[in-house]
Amino acid sequence: MSGARLPVTVIGGYLGTGKTTLVNRLLRAADGQKLAVLVNDFGATPIDRDLIVSSNGDTLEISGGCVCCSYGSDLMDTLMTLPVQRPDVERVVLETSGVALPGMVASAVTLLAPYRIDGIVVMVDVETVRTMAEDAYLGDTITRQLSAADLVVANRCDLVDDASLQQTLAWLALQSPSAQILAAIRADIAPDLLLGLRDGALPRLSATLATPGAPDAASLYESLEVDVPEDIDVSDLGRLLSAPGTGVLRAKGILNGVALHVVGRRFEIDVAPAGAKPGRLVVIGLRARLDRRAVEQALQPRLSTSLRSA
Amino acid sequence: MTPSPITIFRARRILTMNPARPEATHVAVREGRILGVGPLEELAGWGTYTLDDRFADKVLMPGFVEGHSHAAEGTFWRYTYLGRFDRMDPEGKVWPGAESIEDVVARLQEAERQLGSPTESLAGWGLDPIYYGDRRVERADFDRVSTTRAVGVMHASGHIFNVNTRALELAGLLRPGVNHPGIPLGPDGLPTGELKGPEAMTIVGAHIGFDREALANDENGLRRFAKLCVRQGVTTATDLANLLPDDAVSMMARVTGEAGFPVRIVSFRRFQALTPEQAVDIAVKLKARSTDRLRLGAIKLFVDGSIQGFSARLRWPGYYNGAPNGLWYTPPEAIAGLYKLALGKGVLVHSHTNGDQATEMALDCLEGALLDQPARDHRFTLQHCQLADAAQFRRMARLGMCANLFPNHHFYWGDQHYETTVGPERAMRMNACATALASGVPLAIHSDAPVTPLGPLFTAWGAVNRLTASGRVLGTSERISVADALRTITLGAAWTLKLDGEVGSIECGKRADFAVLEDDPLEIAPEKLKDVRIWGTVQGGRPFPANGV
Repeated sequence: MSGARLPVTVIGGYLGTGKTTLVNRLLRAADGQKLAVLVNDFGATPIDRDLIVSSNGDTLEISGGCVCCSYGSDLMDTLMTLPVQRPDVERVVLETSGVALPGMVASAVTLLAPYRIDGIVVMVDVETVRTMAEDAYLGDTITRQLSAADLVVANRCDLVDDASLQQTLAWLALQSPSAQILAAIRADIAPDLLLGLRDGALPRLSATLATPGAPDAASLYESLEVDVPEDIDVSDLGRLLSAPGTGVLRAKGILNGVALHVVGRRFEIDVAPAGAKPGRLVVIGLRARLDRRAVEQALQPRLSTSLRSA
Repeated sequence: MTPSPITIFRARRILTMNPARPEATHVAVREGRILGVGPLEELAGWGTYTLDDRFADKVLMPGFVEGHSHAAEGTFWRYTYLGRFDRMDPEGKVWPGAESIEDVVARLQEAERQLGSPTESLAGWGLDPIYYGDRRVERADFDRVSTTRAVGVMHASGHIFNVNTRALELAGLLRPGVNHPGIPLGPDGLPTGELKGPEAMTIVGAHIGFDREALANDENGLRRFAKLCVRQGVTTATDLANLLPDDAVSMMARVTGEAGFPVRIVSFRRFQALTPEQAVDIAVKLKARSTDRLRLGAIKLFVDGSIQGFSARLRWPGYYNGAPNGLWYTPPEAIAGLYKLALGKGVLVHSHTNGDQATEMALDCLEGALLDQPARDHRFTLQHCQLADAAQFRRMARLGMCANLFPNHHFYWGDQHYETTVGPERAMRMNACATALASGVPLAIHSDAPVTPLGPLFTAWGAVNRLTASGRVLGTSERISVADALRTITLGAAWTLKLDGEVGSIECGKRADFAVLEDDPLEIAPEKLKDVRIWGTVQGGRPFPANGV
């Protein structure tokens, strides 16, 4: 039975964190997969016009066979009728309203036999999230949203400098202790990183905070400096370091004449800046969460120099 | 052309709510409106009249205005009433309160015997197990009613269902592994039959006859609601949170337009799944479809949830029992945006705020909106506003806000608020009617029917006496006088709807809307105010005896 259940990805996060951009990206990149995207309302979540094939009140037909529904006050009704009206749907993406608690929404979805929760994604704006978390009205809503996440998308990374980005990522890791944190710009995330979070995997661990207390940057981070052999495939390395589970928040190095940047679950290969020293990779992760063995394996079998703690 | 006929009603006493002429014995009516109120010799000057003596031993007041109710009260009477307290149905039959869980089950068994097909579902409403001790209602209780049909009962609060095993089965919930905060599990690992919160309730609702389609656009329900209004002396009633789809508006316009329809319905469009721009646009268009007995064009907004459901947003120190803070139902950006646009277009907005943090948020949003979009007479109203403190009432007065408070809560849930939700001190100041009046906040009071029974005189009694069901007085300093209470259920509520120029007092030019009473509410003891007998109403000059609706 559970094999036949429709996977539901819940996407939460406050207003202005990029949920709409993400939803449009997912629809654009569905690649033949029949997604049903449920949004609170089309007014708050405008779907890109060029994606819309036809519209009928609360339902939009999307090119490629996807469908987008606004549920307003009727989320449960919408979910109950969806499998009947759209038996072709293979996966559901449920965008919650900005003040909803995605963990509670997910809990409600589990009451419906046709569905299973595939993952809870919470989006934040890294520029504003920590201020929001201090807000007298909204602070607890923001932290409760984060505490339920399987994956936190730290969006708008281009709007902050590196130091504050690192601090915010570390803070997010404390708020969402069992979540992957994914840094992003303009919600540009490969759909594969968002969908299928719990496919074949155990449910996420319960959210417990290992080390409560004020975060202190020095105690939070762990970094490695590694010499990298010249013949390494930079794309492979980027892919391995940005894979889920490595605990890598950030990695950079000049390798084979190019610059590799890993940010969370993303990596980029860029032109190497002039005069940079090649062959060395710096890897940063959260203390006790950085998987040294994963880093070592990423460098296998051509790892020629030993790891050392920086 | 001959002028329309004039009827002059003679009464034992007419309480006008007009301070310039507070009492009279006669009121003259022409074309459904009040020509004048005063001594017969004054009114005779209007020309030929018919003297109508039918109210010669009755007391007339302005027709009561219920500022916060839902027409769904009419719909609910299709289900079996199972509340703890006596309640009158639209036909005037008083259903006695259920004394025990055993009594509840017996009534359901009785209703079950009336059903035909063995699979037809059975629904009840008004259940309040807090009055039956610590034992919770479980599915086994309702399995004694039926094992073949789905049986489900809505609690009085409207936030919980109790259902039988068959209903759980049909909803796909009779399985191990259910993991939801609103669904307690028994020792067998299966749900006990209690379903709390809108999501859990929606799943079984359709199987027990509480589905949305049954509740929306219910023509019979609207007619029944109107009958209840007549029985309670109400001539103008709000239907405060309706999505108002086209077919519902057409139905309401048709039904309220019938010659014998006895109430003016003020239906607010619920702010739900709309941008502020869309909502204001819809409200402006709806306003153009208003008729005398169907008033449209205002917006209802939900800021938070309910106190007894622990979904209201409270300021520090939060809930007395330590429950986590409640939920925001609308983001502040949307509230502020809606307020600003609505102020600019003259659209009335009423905001549901139960907790004091929700009230604070609404005040902040309106204060900001008024800086951008000054408006002199907006009458934006906080509905329920149950936990507001003195400083918040002062702020409301400064911002031109009205409050529609909920004194019925003292009686039905005051003990629970005292012991569990907010604790003694804040329970004593809940629904601070005296502070509101002293601060200069225009005040209305309400029933939120069907949450509590429609009945402005009962609500007024609640504000005057502040008694709980167990007999505890919740905050003597917040009691108001009978005269003030009567004003809040007439002119006070009319003011919050921008209808005070038309209804709410008996004076020349206004609608001929009267509550017709057998007893004088100013003579009866204040603790008996709820027992004032009601003959019926006059609405738009048309008499509607309660025993004839």
